[in-house]
Amino acid sequence: MAEPKTMEHGMTVSLVDTLKNKLDYDQLTNCMRCGFCLPACPTFRETGLEAESPRGRIALMKAAVDGIMQPDAAFEEQMDHCLACRACEPACPAGVKYGQLIEQTRDSIEQHTVRHRWWVKSARKMAFEGLFPHPRRMRLLGGALKFYQKSGLQKLTQGTGIMNLFPDELKGMEKIMPEATGTGVIKEIGVRHPAKGEKIATVGLFRGCIMDIMFTGTNVNTVRLLTEAGFEVVIPDEQTCCGALHAHSGEGGGAKKLAKSNIRAFKDLGVDWIVSNAGGCGALLIEYDHLLHDDPQWKDDAAWFASRAVDVAKLVVEHGRVPYFEADSQAGVRITYQDSCHVRNVMKSSEAPRKLMRSVEGVQFVEMEDSDRCCGSAGIYNLTQPDMAGQLLDRKMDCAKNTAAQYMITSNPGCLLQMKLGISKSGMENEMKAVHLVDFLYENMADKK
Amino acid sequence: MWSDIVKKELQGIMGEQWVKDDPQSLVTHSYDGTPMLQSLPDAVIYPENTAQVSETLKVLSKYMIPVVSRGSGTNLCGGTVPVQGGVVMVMHRMNRILEIDLQNLTATVQPGLNTKQFITHVEGMGLFYPPDPSSMAISTIGGNIAEGSGGLRGLKYGTTKDYVLGLEAVLANGEVIRTGGKLMKDVAGYDLTKLLVGSEGTLAVITEATLKLVPPPKYKKTMLAMFKDIYGAARTVSSIIENRIIPATLEFLDRPTIRVVDDFAKLGLPLDMEAILLIEQDGDMESVERDIARIEEICRSEKAERIQVAESEAEALKLLTARRSAFTALARLRPTTILEDATVPRSKIADMVLEINKIALKHNVQICTFGHAGDGNLHPTATTDARDQEEIHRVEAAFEDIFEAAIRLGGTITGEHGVGLVKAPFLEWKVGAAGIEVMKGIKQAFDPHQLLNPGKVFAKSSRKRVVIEHG
Ligand SMILES: Cc1cc2nc3c(=O)[nH]c(=O)nc-3n(C[C@H](O)[C@H](O)[C@H](O)COP(=O)(O)OP(=O)(O)OC[C@H]3O[C@@H](n4cnc5c(N)ncnc54)[C@H](O)[C@@H]3O)c2cc1C
Ligand code: SF4
Ligand code: SF4
Repeated sequence: MAEPKTMEHGMTVSLVDTLKNKLDYDQLTNCMRCGFCLPACPTFRETGLEAESPRGRIALMKAAVDGIMQPDAAFEEQMDHCLACRACEPACPAGVKYGQLIEQTRDSIEQHTVRHRWWVKSARKMAFEGLFPHPRRMRLLGGALKFYQKSGLQKLTQGTGIMNLFPDELKGMEKIMPEATGTGVIKEIGVRHPAKGEKIATVGLFRGCIMDIMFTGTNVNTVRLLTEAGFEVVIPDEQTCCGALHAHSGEGGGAKKLAKSNIRAFKDLGVDWIVSNAGGCGALLIEYDHLLHDDPQWKDDAAWFASRAVDVAKLVVEHGRVPYFEADSQAGVRITYQDSCHVRNVMKSSEAPRKLMRSVEGVQFVEMEDSDRCCGSAGIYNLTQPDMAGQLLDRKMDCAKNTAAQYMITSNPGCLLQMKLGISKSGMENEMKAVHLVDFLYENMADKK
Repeated sequence: MWSDIVKKELQGIMGEQWVKDDPQSLVTHSYDGTPMLQSLPDAVIYPENTAQVSETLKVLSKYMIPVVSRGSGTNLCGGTVPVQGGVVMVMHRMNRILEIDLQNLTATVQPGLNTKQFITHVEGMGLFYPPDPSSMAISTIGGNIAEGSGGLRGLKYGTTKDYVLGLEAVLANGEVIRTGGKLMKDVAGYDLTKLLVGSEGTLAVITEATLKLVPPPKYKKTMLAMFKDIYGAARTVSSIIENRIIPATLEFLDRPTIRVVDDFAKLGLPLDMEAILLIEQDGDMESVERDIARIEEICRSEKAERIQVAESEAEALKLLTARRSAFTALARLRPTTILEDATVPRSKIADMVLEINKIALKHNVQICTFGHAGDGNLHPTATTDARDQEEIHRVEAAFEDIFEAAIRLGGTITGEHGVGLVKAPFLEWKVGAAGIEVMKGIKQAFDPHQLLNPGKVFAKSSRKRVVIEHG
C-alpha cells in the first residue's frame, strides 16, 4: 500500500519515491503508446481492459511516477496480475524493456507492502532465503518429497481428503507432481563429461534448484544430449539458485547475491557457454548483465556470463552437431509444443526447439494454435492468481485437444507441470502426456550409448 | 458534471462493473497512440449493445457530459484524448460479426470488432476485405470507419470509406439512425454514410456497420526497386500509373529511412540510394506477370540501380520487411516518435520529400519519410525526445512548415490519420474559412450541445501541439 515506510535512518519514504527511484524513466518515455503490444498480452486478451495491457501498465507506472495517480492497492494488484511472460516485448516496435519495468515496480512494491498475508511472507522467506540458495537443503527436501511419495503417505493424504484444506490449484498440483529424486545430477553422473567425437566447445550446465531435484532425469538427459552434439559438459557444484523467483517477486537484493555466486562458479571454469534447460532460470541468466549493471565490481563479469547463457535447444541447433533422432517405438506418433514464454520471448529460442522436434524421423509435429501464448504457470502465478491462471489453462487445453497429439512437449519445468495439471484437469491422461523437450529428444536419440 | 447520480443511472443501464471511475481506469484512458498528449476523463464505460449506447447518451446529454467513443486508441491525432473530461465510451464489448451475407457479399459487424480478426475471418471464408491499416492487429472497425483509415492496399482497392455500405449510429440525444444498407446504389438524400465515415466520433456513435466484401486476388508478386535519383523514383511512380497499371501496393522509403532500417534489420540495402520503391501487384497470374514485367521495364528506364523481384513467398516476405521495419526501426532511434500524414498528388512526391528534407535541415530536427507513394500519402516521421522542450518546439515548427508545403503542392494535412486534436489548428488551411463554417453547421445539426468528442477537428485558434492536463 501507499503508506510511508520508516527507513532505518529515520527517513520516511513513500512507494511513490521508491518507484521514482527504481523505475527507469527512459523506458517509460520510450513507450509511445502505439498499442502494438496489446494483442500479444494474455491478460488483455482475457479481460479486454486497457489497464490489463502492457501499454496500460506502463501508463500506470508512469502516472505513479509523474504524480498523476497514487500507487494504491489496486495499482499493486494490477502489477501482480501481470504474468511477466514478456510476450509484449518482441511485439514492441520501440523495444521497450517491459520485463525490467515490471521487475522494478514489483521490487518497489515489495519494499513497502503490508498486504501480503503473513504466511506468504514467511513461506517466501523460508523458501527464498532458507532453501533455494542451498543446494544441499534442496536435495534434502527432494529426499523428503521422495519419501512422501514413495512411502504411501501420498496415497494416504490423497485418500484422507486432507488435501481439501488447500486451494484447488495446490490440490491439482499435488496430484501431478513428478517423482522427486533427492539426489541431483552430479550425484547421479558426476561433474565432467567429455564430448562424443570431436569437441566443439565446453559448456557449463546450469542445473537449476527445483529442476535438479524434481527433474534430475532431465538434467542427466541434457548432459547426454549435449555430449552427443559435440560438447564437453561440466556442472560446477558451487552454482546455486538462479534467483528468478526472487527477482520476479520483487526481491532484487536476493537475486543479485545468487547471481554473483553463479557468475563466480562458471567464470572459474572458463566455459564457452552456460546452458539452461529451464526457461525461467535461463531468462534471468541471460539478463544477469542487467541485474548487476550498476555494480561496478560485477558489471563486466555479469556481461561475460550473460553473453554466454543459452537455451539448450538453441545451442545444439546453432553450434552443435544435431544428433540423429528416430521415433523410438511408436512410428507415426503426433507431438506438439507449448513454448515457454521465457525461452521464446527472452532467450529467443522458438525456432530451434521446433527444428529439433521436426528432425525426429517418424514423428509428426503439429503446431498448436496459440502455442506462443502463456499457459498461466508463470513462476508461482498459478498459486497467487488462480483465477486468471485457470482461465488461461482452460483455453490452452482446448487448443491442446485440437492437435490430437500424444505428446505435449515443453522447455521449462513450470510449463511442464502446468501442462500436466491441465491434462489431468481436463481428463486427457489417457490421450496425452507432457514431456520436457530434452527428455523427448533423448528418448528418440538413435544412437544412445 | 460527473456525479454519483449519473454513475448510478449509468450503472442501471450497463451494470455496475461496466461503469468505472477508479484512478486506474481514468489513467489508462487518458491517452492514445499520439505522443505527448494526456488528459483524464471522469469515467470510462463499456456498453454492450446499441440500446445501452442510446440510453447512455440520453443520460449524458441530460447532464451535458461530453463523451468520447474509443476503439483501441491507436489513432495518431489525439482523437480519443478526453481533453474536456467527461466519459470515455469503450466499444470493445460490441465486437461481434453479426452476419456474413454470401449472396450480397457484405458483412455486418459491431464497431468494437478487431480489424485483423475480421480480415482473417472473411479470408477464411474465401473473401477479401482490403482496407489494411498497419495498425490492424490492434485497431477496431469502428475506429477505422471514424478515421476513414487507409492502408498499403489503398492505391488499388481504396480505403475504408470505399467499403462502408451502411451504418447504424446513435446521435448525441440518444436517437438511433440507420444509413445506407446492403445496397450498391443509393441516392436517397444526402449521403450520411459517407459523412459519418471519417467523422472522428464528433457526429454520432457508430454501433453497427455493413461492409462490402470482394473476391480475393488469386496471385501476387512483389518487387523492390532502388534509386540513386529521387526524381527517378518519383517518375517511376507517375509512369507506372500513366501506363495504366495500378499496383496493389506502391510504397516509398527515403534515404534517411533506408539507413535507419538497414542499421536495424540488416537487410543489406545499399546505403547510397536516395529512395526505394516496394511494389506489389495482385490479380490473375497472367496479368500480374505482365504488369510486373512492365513495371520492371519502367524502373530500368528510370535508371533504377537495383531491382529485385521475389521468386518465392519467403523472398517476398523479405522484401516487405524493409517497408514493415521502417516504423520499428525509427521508433527505436529516439524515445519519442511523431509520425505525420502529409499527402500530396502523386506527381509531387519527389518535390514533397525534398521539401521535407529541407525543412528538417532548417529546423535542425531528424525527419525520415516513408509512405504510400502510390497514393501520395507520405509519413514524415520525426524522432525526438518529449523531455526536450526546446527540440519539441523545433519539431512542431517543422511540421507546421510541412503541412504548409503539402497544401502548397496541392495536397492535404492528413491522408488517413484524421484531424483530431493535433491537426485541428491546420484544418482551415486546407478547407478554408467557408469550409469550416459548413462543417460546423453539420456538427450543429448532429450534436447541438457539442457533447460528442469535443475539442476535436475544430480548433479554437491555437496552432500548437500542447500537453494538456485535465482534472
Ligand atoms: C503503429 C500505427 C500504425 C498505424 N497505421 C495506420 C495506417 O496504415 N493507416 C491508417 O489510416 N491509420 C493508421 N494508424 C492510425 C490508427 O490506427 C487508425 O486511425 C485506426 O483506425 C484507429 O482505430 P482504433 O480502433 O484504435 O480507434 P481509436 O483510436 O480508438 O479512435 C479513433 C477515432 O474514432 C472514433 N471512434 C472509435 N470508435 C467509434 C465508434 N464506434 N463510433 C464513433 N466514433 C468512433 C474515436 O472517437 C476517435 O476519434 C496507425 C496507428 C499506429 C499506432
Ligand atoms: S508496443 Fe511498446 S511502445 Fe507500443 S504501447 Fe506497447 S510497450 Fe508501448
Ligand atoms: S508480461 Fe505478459 S502479461 Fe505482463 S503485460 Fe507483458 S504480455 Fe501482458
